[in-house]
Amino acid sequence: MMRINDVILRTVARFIVFIILTLAIYLFFAGHYSPGGGFIGGLVIASAFVLLYVTYDIEKVKAGIPIDFKVLAAIGVFLAVGTGFSSVLFGHDFLTQVAKDFHIPFLGEKELGTVMIFELGVALTVVGVVMTIIVSIAEGTEDEWKR
Amino acid sequence: MTIHIAIILPLLMAAFIPFLHHYITRKWIGWFVLAAPITAFILLVRFIPHIASGETITYTINWMPSLGIQFTTYLDGLSMLFSLLITGVGTLVVFYAIFYLSTKEALHHFYCYLLLFMGAMLGVVFSDNLIVLYAFWELTSVSSFLLIAFWHHRRASRHGARKSMLITVTGGIAMLAGFLMLYVLTDTFSIREIIAQASTISTEPLFIAALLCILLGAFTKSAQFPFHIWLPQAMEAPTPVSAYLHSATMVKAGIYIVARMTPIFAYHMSWFWIVTFVGLITLFWGSFNAVKQTDLKALLAFSTVSQLGMIMSLFGMGSIAYHIDVPTEAIIYAEASFVALFHLVNHSTFKGALFMMVGIIDHEAGTRDVRKLGGLMTIMPATFTIAVIGSLSMAGLPPFNGFLSKEMFLTSALEMTSIDTLSLSTVTAVIPIIAWVASVFTFIYCMIIIFKTFLGQKTELLAVRKIHEAPIGMLISPFVLVAFVIGIFFFPNVLVKYVLAPAMLSVFPTLAPMEELAPKVYAWHGFNTELLMTIGIIVFGLLLYMTLSTWRRIYDAFPQKLTLNSLFDRALVESVTVSSFITKLYMTRSFRHYMLYIYVFVIVVVGSFFIWQDTFRFSVANNATVHIYEVLLVFVMAIAAIAMLFVKSRVTAVVLNGVLGFGVSIFFVIFRAPDLALTQLIVESVTTVLFLLCFTYLPEWKRERSTVHVKVTNAIISVAVGMLVVAVALSVIYFNEFKTISSYFENAYELAGGKNIVNTILGDFRAFDTMLEVVVLCIAGLGVYTMMKFKAKKGGDHE
Repeated sequence: MMRINDVILRTVARFIVFIILTLAIYLFFAGHYSPGGGFIGGLVIASAFVLLYVTYDIEKVKAGIPIDFKVLAAIGVFLAVGTGFSSVLFGHDFLTQVAKDFHIPFLGEKELGTVMIFELGVALTVVGVVMTIIVSIAEGTEDEWKR
Repeated sequence: MTIHIAIILPLLMAAFIPFLHHYITRKWIGWFVLAAPITAFILLVRFIPHIASGETITYTINWMPSLGIQFTTYLDGLSMLFSLLITGVGTLVVFYAIFYLSTKEALHHFYCYLLLFMGAMLGVVFSDNLIVLYAFWELTSVSSFLLIAFWHHRRASRHGARKSMLITVTGGIAMLAGFLMLYVLTDTFSIREIIAQASTISTEPLFIAALLCILLGAFTKSAQFPFHIWLPQAMEAPTPVSAYLHSATMVKAGIYIVARMTPIFAYHMSWFWIVTFVGLITLFWGSFNAVKQTDLKALLAFSTVSQLGMIMSLFGMGSIAYHIDVPTEAIIYAEASFVALFHLVNHSTFKGALFMMVGIIDHEAGTRDVRKLGGLMTIMPATFTIAVIGSLSMAGLPPFNGFLSKEMFLTSALEMTSIDTLSLSTVTAVIPIIAWVASVFTFIYCMIIIFKTFLGQKTELLAVRKIHEAPIGMLISPFVLVAFVIGIFFFPNVLVKYVLAPAMLSVFPTLAPMEELAPKVYAWHGFNTELLMTIGIIVFGLLLYMTLSTWRRIYDAFPQKLTLNSLFDRALVESVTVSSFITKLYMTRSFRHYMLYIYVFVIVVVGSFFIWQDTFRFSVANNATVHIYEVLLVFVMAIAAIAMLFVKSRVTAVVLNGVLGFGVSIFFVIFRAPDLALTQLIVESVTTVLFLLCFTYLPEWKRERSTVHVKVTNAIISVAVGMLVVAVALSVIYFNEFKTISSYFENAYELAGGKNIVNTILGDFRAFDTMLEVVVLCIAGLGVYTMMKFKAKKGGDHE
């Protein structure tokens, strides 16, 4: 592809990505009480990755983030469906969510629930699917360019 | 709870086997897998004394109670009988497969599918809930498909797998429809509860439809005429699979359903007629065609078809007991069902052994063609022993278990002629005749197995290959089975007392106490009609076997073009042609046409619904005050939307589209929906990137030249869609057909423990939707991935 002079983008992207990822993690955990949640968290993570792909080329990012996004999506689905079944194993109805207060060092009393695992599944699926689609289309585009 | 473990254990192991094979040597996978059926078998055997004393064990795990779908397992005599077969034969088959399959094969796939099947099959026989039963039922079809296509590089394997899948799944769907009809009639999915209501629903018109649908499912699965055509082709599967799925267990699932549903449907006479005569036709047609086969496995397949028909017809005959008012007489007729259960066990033992025997021959000699085989007796004496015991039992000779059940089968067939209460004797008179003729053919093909394979001249094949006896590991499983063949002959009443009598109680729950339902089985009945019939079978069978070459030509008289197989294949080809023709009618590859279908559909359906319901309403009375910045925002978005029509470059269009998206998210902010706003913002940015990526795929952006006619239609439809959406949006506020659900959301904190309503909806109230959406999302992603990858492989060929 044509090389563009994108020094500013490259420099900025380098730390912006971490800000976006931090935001994503915040959104993910905040979801139960304030705006955020698994779906949004996942989308934000995906958008951070997309920024990386836009800034650098695919090979470089693949080397940096050696994740197979298809597998990630599958793990996500497994978690989401799995939490449904795990409640059945404990004698509750399918997809019953349980929550309990825990004392976590430095953070104090926090409520943790199985819904968190469910949301994690949603988030991973969203990241996996969005990235799978974008990367496969982008790679297809590159093939087209090479031809 | 134990029963649930028995179902879930194989399924769980199936999930881990594909990972496990990285860590253990291939040689050991089979031994590891063996643990599943053995554990399940031992778990079940412990219940035998309880079940034999007439107890039943029920355990419920809540699944979706609001829909009446519960994972309830029900252990009674019938499910006990089947589950012992599944786990018992399963143990032997896995043990056999360890020696049969080379370690070079994809063993982790094989055992994964096999365990999947085992768990699913146990699920079928234990489920009390019809929907759960249906789910497991289809899972057995899927695992059978995977196992038949195990050697998927072979064309015949793929074809056989597809045929079996198409036929059994079609039946399965019909069965689901039948189950739903039963639900409509009885308002429950629980089989036990339906049985309790059986006598009251038999007059409903839907009852017959349900009966037919469920029988269709049972007949396709159990390879009854004319659906039997999938079974011979399923023989492309590895032999352990044929022995397990396609003779001992899966094909008996249909029989299980018939036995299980007898207390529901037997109240209608058509059940007796259909089940009996479909079974008899299958019995005759299977045995008649088996004689023709030259491939030993195909011969066994047709013989399985025929034996399944025999069991099926026996269940049909037994169901007549529901129509006979005198209890003592009814018990006599119900005996046919007892014979069915008895022969079911016997068939699993001798047919399993025979399949394993053929597997050994295939393994050692490299062929299963009887024309190439011969004189193996001296080389493989152990295999010969298995073949003789298995075949003679199948032919109905003493001292093997097949003799007992065959004899009792003839008794039941003869008894059918004596039914006078319903004045049916003219029709039922043919039953013993068909039974006898089919038995003669059965005798002939049993002789073919013994004589053509093991006796006679040694063929040149034997000179080329160094054939020797099978390794001891492969012989153990069939020997265990033939031990049962002989053991059951000498001690049949042990089996009757502990397994068959309780199973009879499941088929006839109200007829009589358990002890009276099951007769004592004796080998010697004195010189009666049945014995004479058996002697006749032997004499005629031997005669016809000797003269086989002279009358063999009758098989060629039947035109090849009219066989069910070629009819099926032709129908398949035709259906592809027709459906691709129909698809091409509307898939015109014109984007405009697709948009046209979608929007015209929306206008017609939604518009007419709203007009029909008279729900178009609009009033400004309840509206909040409109702020000036809202007006401005709408103005900006409108300009962006209209401008998009006139821009010259695609990038501008994408940017304008972005303006619309961001405008919507600002509205979300204004209307205090931060979650939606956030989502909209991110989705907008990701879509923009996607748009940019797709640029190379899109054709050049140029002005469209179209006729006035096209332009006018476009304009009408787009304006109509826009107006409809606006009208619907305005009327929705006044739409109060359904109960409001906002009280749930107001109490979200108490009900779901969360303060963010959007998330409690996603993760709690509507978690089931979210879960399925996640699955759909994943499938969509994989779809895009495969499309892109396959396209690249084909070198950009768009066809």
